Amino acid sequence: MASEKFTESMQKLAESAAEVANQADALAAQAATLSAPAAPAASGGSVFIMLFTIFVLAVFVGYYVVWNVTPALHSPLMSVTNAISSVIIVGALIAAGPLDWHLSKIFGFVAVVLASVNIFGGFIVTQRMLQMFKKKK
Amino acid sequence: MSQNTAAFLYLISSVLFILALRGLSSPTTARQGNLFGIVGMVIAIATTLASPNVLSYTTILIAVVIGGAIGTFIALRIQMTALPQLVAAFHSLVGLAAVWVAAAAFYAPEAYGLGTRGAIPAGSLIEMSLGTAIGAITFTGSVIAFGKLQGLISGKPLVFFGQHFVNLGLGILLVALIVWFASAQPPLAFWLIVGVSLLLGILLIVPIGGADMPVVISMLNSYSGWAACGIGFTLGNPALIITGALVGSSGAILSYIMCKGMNRSFFSVILGGFGGETDAAAMDLGDRTVKSGSAADASFIMENAASVIIVPGYGMAVAQAQHALREMADLLKGRDVTVRYAIHPVAGRMPGHMNVLLAEANVPYDEVLELEEINRDFPSTDVAFVIGANDVTNPSAKTDPTSPIYGMPILDVERAGTVLFVKRSLASGYAGVDNPLFYRDNTMMLFGDAKQMCEDIIKALE
Repeated sequence: MASEKFTESMQKLAESAAEVANQADALAAQAATLSAPAAPAASGGSVFIMLFTIFVLAVFVGYYVVWNVTPALHSPLMSVTNAISSVIIVGALIAAGPLDWHLSKIFGFVAVVLASVNIFGGFIVTQRMLQMFKKKK
Repeated sequence: MSQNTAAFLYLISSVLFILALRGLSSPTTARQGNLFGIVGMVIAIATTLASPNVLSYTTILIAVVIGGAIGTFIALRIQMTALPQLVAAFHSLVGLAAVWVAAAAFYAPEAYGLGTRGAIPAGSLIEMSLGTAIGAITFTGSVIAFGKLQGLISGKPLVFFGQHFVNLGLGILLVALIVWFASAQPPLAFWLIVGVSLLLGILLIVPIGGADMPVVISMLNSYSGWAACGIGFTLGNPALIITGALVGSSGAILSYIMCKGMNRSFFSVILGGFGGETDAAAMDLGDRTVKSGSAADASFIMENAASVIIVPGYGMAVAQAQHALREMADLLKGRDVTVRYAIHPVAGRMPGHMNVLLAEANVPYDEVLELEEINRDFPSTDVAFVIGANDVTNPSAKTDPTSPIYGMPILDVERAGTVLFVKRSLASGYAGVDNPLFYRDNTMMLFGDAKQMCEDIIKALE
């Protein structure tokens, strides 16, 4: 009798365990369906927000860094910012990258030439200027 | 190379660009900063070249060699006095490059992961058109600024009736074109955006006079940054966005500093018309006398002084007098005269122009001081030697509320024991304002070319 009762209660326990397991599965599935649409929103859908965040923070970095530039070096500041803004060459290289010639590759080629003038010219003229700034002997 | 590695390398180059600007906080760290900038650029380019879609290395190499050779040649040959127009020319190239990159992205969106031609997402099209528009405005605006600085176009402001309404109309048209472009994406809309922006760039800069060029150059510097930013958003490239934002805010801060140096609002500079031929300033000079002296007088006064402050201006750059000026200062220093230089924020045609010219002439940078640093020393100074500057020393900026330059911070040269004023004639400065300093008892005018005058003083000192 006692063993029968025991097996019966064990069965009940197993049943309820299975039920809990099922419920947990269902919850997990629910959670999955909930998070599924949320996932692309975090990584794909709001790429713009991510880039915009970078942009805003970079503006602040620029603001504080540039106020620290000594006024005597404002001319080199202009020429070096001019040189680094030619990092736009990154976009130009992708356009000039494919092997076959088409309209977009021509645009890319022209942009690479223009940006290169700026990169070389900008950094060299900055270096020339900075080399002239000397302390009292 | 995986996308993550590429993104990481772009981050490194962005950080190096920030360090490049950070280095400019002192002349001792500036050269190292420039080196960081170069390394950052090399990393960014190498990362892009390693990406799977970039294959035609020969073509790219040819393009880089052509551009690099031109850039190197110009940068090594340019005279430091011609620096403002060089910077303007370089800005125009960034603007133009932005337009071509946007065009390339529009005609081959697949390469940039922007979908297929005719089916580019509207958001990308808006970003693309903003980059294009700002780039095109930067291009023609900088070309006009270059022409004015180089003397190819008159530096006088070109103002015509209804100018601002034309600009406003073009601005509205531009917005309409962008909307059309983003919704239907026809190539015609793209090229119309380019065309209207090119025209707008010209019209925005022509009314601005030569004297306001420091603001214009800084502003175009800022624009070139925002153009790069716009392209960065289109391509989803954080390095481009970060760099563009750095450059954009740098230019904006410089514009602000220049405007403050002239006590003018940014909008009054943009709207233009300042610094024209205002003959109204021709006052009755009859009852006022001017004391003029010779190089010998000047050398006598200065060699018997204990301290001299030199105030250089754009006229020094035009006359290429910086080397002769430094020689003169050396001779004075040899006679135990303390010589320092005072730089007004808007002296010259671009921010920091005078500092570079003096550095070129081997003037140690610790003898060159900014307005706030040196202004209170004028009362205890024996001689103020003003060479090629005018409006930045005009005391009516402090005393005469009707003066167009009223409120502008000026160098208090009139408080020095004696003011020696090198100038070709009594003509007013670019603001078209007469300078009461000329008629003060403690002022001696030295009429002549700035360089010639310095050489004559050197002869007299020797």
